[in-house]
Amino acid sequence: MRDRLLFDWKRWETMAKRKLSGSDIVIQSLIDAGVDTIFGYPGGAVLPIYDALFKQNRLKHVLVRQEGGAVHMAEGYARSTGKLGVVLVTSGPGATNAVTGLTDALMDSIPVLCLTGQVPTHLIGNDAFQEADTTGITRPCTKHNYLVRDVKDLGRVMQEAMYVARSGRPGPVVIDLPKDVLINETTFETGKKLPVKHKTYRPQIKGDNSKIREAVELIAKAKRPLFYCGGGVVNSGPRGSKLLTEFVRMTGYPITLTLMGLGAFPATDKKFLGMVGMHGTYESNLAMHDCDVMINIGARFDDRVTGLISEFSPDSKKIHVDIDPSSINKNVAVDVPIIGDCASVLAEMIKVWKEIKPRKDTKAINSWWNQIEKWRKRDCLAYKQSKDIIKPQYALERLQALTKDRDTYITTEVGQHQMWAAQYIKFNQPNRWMTSGGLGTMGYGFPAAIGVQMAHPKATVVDISGEASFQMNIQEMSTAMQYRLPVKVFILNNEYMGMVRQWQELLYGSRYSESYTASLPDFVKLAESYGAVGLRATKPSEVDDVIKEMLNNDQFTIVDVAIDKGENCFPMIPSGAPHNEMLLGPEDEAAKPTSEDGMVLV
Amino acid sequence: MEPIERHTIAVLVDNEAGVLARVIGLFSGRGYNIESLTVAEVDPENAISRITVVTSGTPMIIAQIKAQLDRLVPVHRICDLTDGGASVERELALVKVRGTGNKRVEALRISDIFRARAIDSTNNSFVFEISGSPEKIDAFIKLMRTLGLVEISRTGAVAIARGAKGI
Repeated sequence: MRDRLLFDWKRWETMAKRKLSGSDIVIQSLIDAGVDTIFGYPGGAVLPIYDALFKQNRLKHVLVRQEGGAVHMAEGYARSTGKLGVVLVTSGPGATNAVTGLTDALMDSIPVLCLTGQVPTHLIGNDAFQEADTTGITRPCTKHNYLVRDVKDLGRVMQEAMYVARSGRPGPVVIDLPKDVLINETTFETGKKLPVKHKTYRPQIKGDNSKIREAVELIAKAKRPLFYCGGGVVNSGPRGSKLLTEFVRMTGYPITLTLMGLGAFPATDKKFLGMVGMHGTYESNLAMHDCDVMINIGARFDDRVTGLISEFSPDSKKIHVDIDPSSINKNVAVDVPIIGDCASVLAEMIKVWKEIKPRKDTKAINSWWNQIEKWRKRDCLAYKQSKDIIKPQYALERLQALTKDRDTYITTEVGQHQMWAAQYIKFNQPNRWMTSGGLGTMGYGFPAAIGVQMAHPKATVVDISGEASFQMNIQEMSTAMQYRLPVKVFILNNEYMGMVRQWQELLYGSRYSESYTASLPDFVKLAESYGAVGLRATKPSEVDDVIKEMLNNDQFTIVDVAIDKGENCFPMIPSGAPHNEMLLGPEDEAAKPTSEDGMVLV
Repeated sequence: MEPIERHTIAVLVDNEAGVLARVIGLFSGRGYNIESLTVAEVDPENAISRITVVTSGTPMIIAQIKAQLDRLVPVHRICDLTDGGASVERELALVKVRGTGNKRVEALRISDIFRARAIDSTNNSFVFEISGSPEKIDAFIKLMRTLGLVEISRTGAVAIARGAKGI
């Protein structure tokens, strides 16, 4: 209702026939596409857009403190809503600072539109002030990019870019906007719908029917089946997760999820075996190794999942559903490839399953489940509780217990805390878990949490962080304060770059080269200096209290949890090892030293 | 280990700024081989260019190359001319040879055998224009090496499928 009052249709209609400047076209195109929030930082080349922003009240702009933060915020916003994340930065350093975030969005298939300023067209190539070859630099780290040289093309490019970013396998798109293009005027039709058909880019949504039938028949005949699903299911929208849950329950088969896929299937369901991969659960990884039919839906056989590729799931027939044809047969050759959107293919699979009413090999399936239960009994996520020192696993178990009934979104940085969060926090819905999976960007989680909180002002948004990662985008504290965002930063503080330290311990004779974070700030005082709330826990008995206090206040809060400095993240598949050679705990380390070949891998 | 295959791939792209950089960047970024690459506009009305790229790799890599090319937004179509039945492949080269006396006569004689044309001539040099399969050009150049070869300029292969059907 409020929107309607603010929105003057008369003015809109006259404007529709008027000449608009490039800046107005940018703003209007975003509004037309339903964008409500953008994250950015002004500068010389984008001043015309900032002036146009000033004159309107439909687009909310979040002023970041460094452009790197802006892209992660847009990613957080996009991943928690399924909408497009929009970034606005200036030319030169503004654009180059955005590169990490763009690469991150490319690796994790997040729809982001990044508008970059550029020097005026007549100065391009002259090494002008704050000039960088933005389209050149961002070509390999975007799904597509544009340099608009004529204001007449701008309206079309804006629409095309948003279409490309959102459709198929989503990704980041950059539009480089020279200053004169932003100032020049042209006639522009507002309210135009996005093109239904792009000239060349038309991703395949519907899967091949005969392949789907072949897959379902294979699934029906399986003796040791396993669903292995990933971020593609989350990306195909809430419907994708709903259909996946329906299909898995219909078959009664076990399912494992990748780091990117957490939440696509309810974690509390008994059919869920936990995360797969390097720090996945024992039961997931052994089931991957021993299964006879692998049903990969929206996952990409990442090296963190497959481990040693030559010994990856040696006896299974593999079905692979992916919207991106280049993901098929890239790392692992599959038997039944299906190109299409996960939700669309799942809907079709369910239809075929119901139609053929398969007679499953119940005896084999039962004995498969018995085997899985035996693996599960190893309780691979168990840890030794301590009375004096806070174990990170304990802190996260308590965080899980105290947030599970709230409307919670979790983001993470990268490292040990990220893997522990993936292991101990249970996600029952998609779009609740934002982590940098592909690129592994330290400093991702905090700005991402700000983006999530912008989209969900009332929700509980927790960035599970490490003291090293948090410092990589620590400047965004000021942003959180400015917009009064009650983001919670939950720092598992072990004074080390924990994952680096763990690898040095395992592979480099405990020579902790440069992995100790000296001169740490006092995070409580730091929070207070911004006017935020700072809390600290140093004993296990204090953990519940600080979590409750954190959740009960409506302010930006930093919790500094002093955890066991020597704790390592298990289970672990050492790099270069197959799934059935997992290390379950510190006792295993000595018994199975990592091979030289494995050390080469990251 | 799978065998390494040589494939000629035709790519129809929008003739827009940066499209060639996209294709080349894809090959270098992902560590694929380029044996040769040619590009020219073939449909000025619709601003479509055709890139012919000769590459090599295992069948799995070749399939990846095609999928990755197809993923680029300005790419209209991919056609693997090596896989898609019979095709003809041609390359043009300009070959400069310097020499006098017998060597000069011999160069001219061999050029005749290869149906190369002398398109520039001085008292002690020729520039030959030769077209044909890349192998034929290799063979010609090999012979010219002993006869005073100075300089070579090659276009790289262009190719098209045999028969009445278009791409």
